[in-house]
Amino acid sequence: MLIGHQPKDFLLAVSGLTVSFDGFKAVNDLSFYVEDNEIRVIIGPNGAGKTTVLDLICGKTKATSGSIQFRGQELTKLRENEIVQAGVGRKFQTPSVFEDLTVFENLEISFPRGRTVFGSLTFQRDAAVKERVEEVAEMIFLKDRLDTYADQLSHGQKQWLEIGMLLIQDPDLLMLDEPVAGMSVSERAKTAELLNRIIKGRSVLVIEHDMKFVEDIAHKVTVLHQGQILSEGTMEHVKNDPKVIEVYLGH
Amino acid sequence: MIINSRFFNRSELIGFLTLALLLFVILPLSLDIFRLNLVAKYLTYAFVGIGLVLCWGYGGILSLGQGVFFGLGGYCMAMYLKLEASSVANTKIQSTPGIPDFMDWNQLTQLPFFWKPFHSFPITLVAIILVPGIFAFIIGAAMFKRRVGGVYFAIITQAIAAIMTILIVGQQGYTGGINGITDLRTLHGWDIRTDHAKFILYFVEVVLLFACIIAAQFIRLTKLGRILVAMREQEDRVRFSGYSVANFKIFAFCAAAIFAAIGGAMFTLEVGFMSPSFVGIVPSIEMVIYTAVGGRMSIFGAVWGSLLVNFAKTSLSESFPQLWLFGLGALFIAVVLAFPNGLSGIWQDYVQPHIDRLLASRKAKPGNGFSVADGAPAE
Repeated sequence: MLIGHQPKDFLLAVSGLTVSFDGFKAVNDLSFYVEDNEIRVIIGPNGAGKTTVLDLICGKTKATSGSIQFRGQELTKLRENEIVQAGVGRKFQTPSVFEDLTVFENLEISFPRGRTVFGSLTFQRDAAVKERVEEVAEMIFLKDRLDTYADQLSHGQKQWLEIGMLLIQDPDLLMLDEPVAGMSVSERAKTAELLNRIIKGRSVLVIEHDMKFVEDIAHKVTVLHQGQILSEGTMEHVKNDPKVIEVYLGH
Repeated sequence: MIINSRFFNRSELIGFLTLALLLFVILPLSLDIFRLNLVAKYLTYAFVGIGLVLCWGYGGILSLGQGVFFGLGGYCMAMYLKLEASSVANTKIQSTPGIPDFMDWNQLTQLPFFWKPFHSFPITLVAIILVPGIFAFIIGAAMFKRRVGGVYFAIITQAIAAIMTILIVGQQGYTGGINGITDLRTLHGWDIRTDHAKFILYFVEVVLLFACIIAAQFIRLTKLGRILVAMREQEDRVRFSGYSVANFKIFAFCAAAIFAAIGGAMFTLEVGFMSPSFVGIVPSIEMVIYTAVGGRMSIFGAVWGSLLVNFAKTSLSESFPQLWLFGLGALFIAVVLAFPNGLSGIWQDYVQPHIDRLLASRKAKPGNGFSVADGAPAE
């Protein structure tokens, strides 16, 4: 076990992380570190275990072995909602918003206050909440749709709404699973602009296939292959790594 | 931006006032005491319905075991009444005077310890809320913390209803068995069998019903109400927004159990007995049907559903006793297939637009006294 050896200034320290489903190791002895304010993009072919890594960090999947330290706190022992409260936000691949609620209500639910049963019974929609919701709604291009029910939004707008719901949580680590997938060209451009704005002041872990987009935002790129790290470094370094070229173009 | 901060919006207010007018004025004035008592009996199911609207309609947690909580509330009340009716003077022909008759028939010589607190009326009132509440909490904690939900949860609640019936029937000496707890006479010395008492009890029940409607509406309008809806659609998103989904489900299930228990206690008072036939699988499913027919998304719909289905049940089963059950089954299938939001859904889709149009056209006319009054609160 390597725990205790790592320098303390990493925001997220994943070490020796393994998960196996019926013997199949989707993630195999994976270690990587994310610093404060770093934007890390995970790329890799289908089935490389990218989404599983995010699932493990946010608690959706339980690790078989290994450790995930977030600000010195062990995440593998926490429940999903405790991980969120520790400061980790997760956006899913398919937009998951509450379609029977309005845009305002969707954002309000993510506002980090009154998260217990009795807290939510006594929750007041005060000026601070309204102000923050309106501020975020403006950022995600939905300012004039606050009273619209989410089921009437387009696919792209739902993606933005979910990003907005994460923003309002104000996480220290934001995890995005293919944020521009399935978007039209114009939506894609707007999303890139949105992401570039919101990633300031926090660390971001992104899974993305769009290489242009990756090049634009990534500080560091991690290439996953068969549950293990194939290569890690700057985009330039990764692009020229013969192992990466082999995996992406070799067959 | 319009955010409705009022407790009832206009159509809900109309629903509230219509129901109040019907239950407080029209029915008591137009029905004889026998029929009014029947309405009171129907309304006890409305309490269960209100709970199911919160738990099932909003929270998406289908419970097929609400009869258990209805029964727990009913049995708590029944035991208090029974102990009062079993005074030493009333039961001196028994081999052990002073205990309920069914216990004496089953060779019990002493009141079991768990029934002893029911000598006290205040403790009974607290027990009516707490016993089902705690029982629901235990079931909820055991199921929801393990992420048991949906159909599996419904099946488990149904199994609990079956177990409860078997337990009550099997433990005759403690529970009165299949006959239930009968021959109830007085509440705190006040005879509940007279017409006058039935009249008073009807109003007590309607007041309680409106208290429950207001409580449910309050829950619905808080953020908790919106989280219930959110949870029904995207459980994971709620979880990853920092909420413990299990706790919210437990809350909804407990609230539904407590509403059902209040209904059960009122049932005992109105009808004068409690028996396992209101606890098991069949009554539990019937309660879900009343709610479904009324509209599982509408608190008022649940009250109307309970009233109308039970009224139909009484009138049809008087004339076609064999056909009734088929009718009830067909009604449920029809509602699920054609009108998933029940009567309140039909009202909202087909009747409400006409009313709105009527009101709008009236408002449009200048010089109408209503236009000012109506226009002001619309912001």
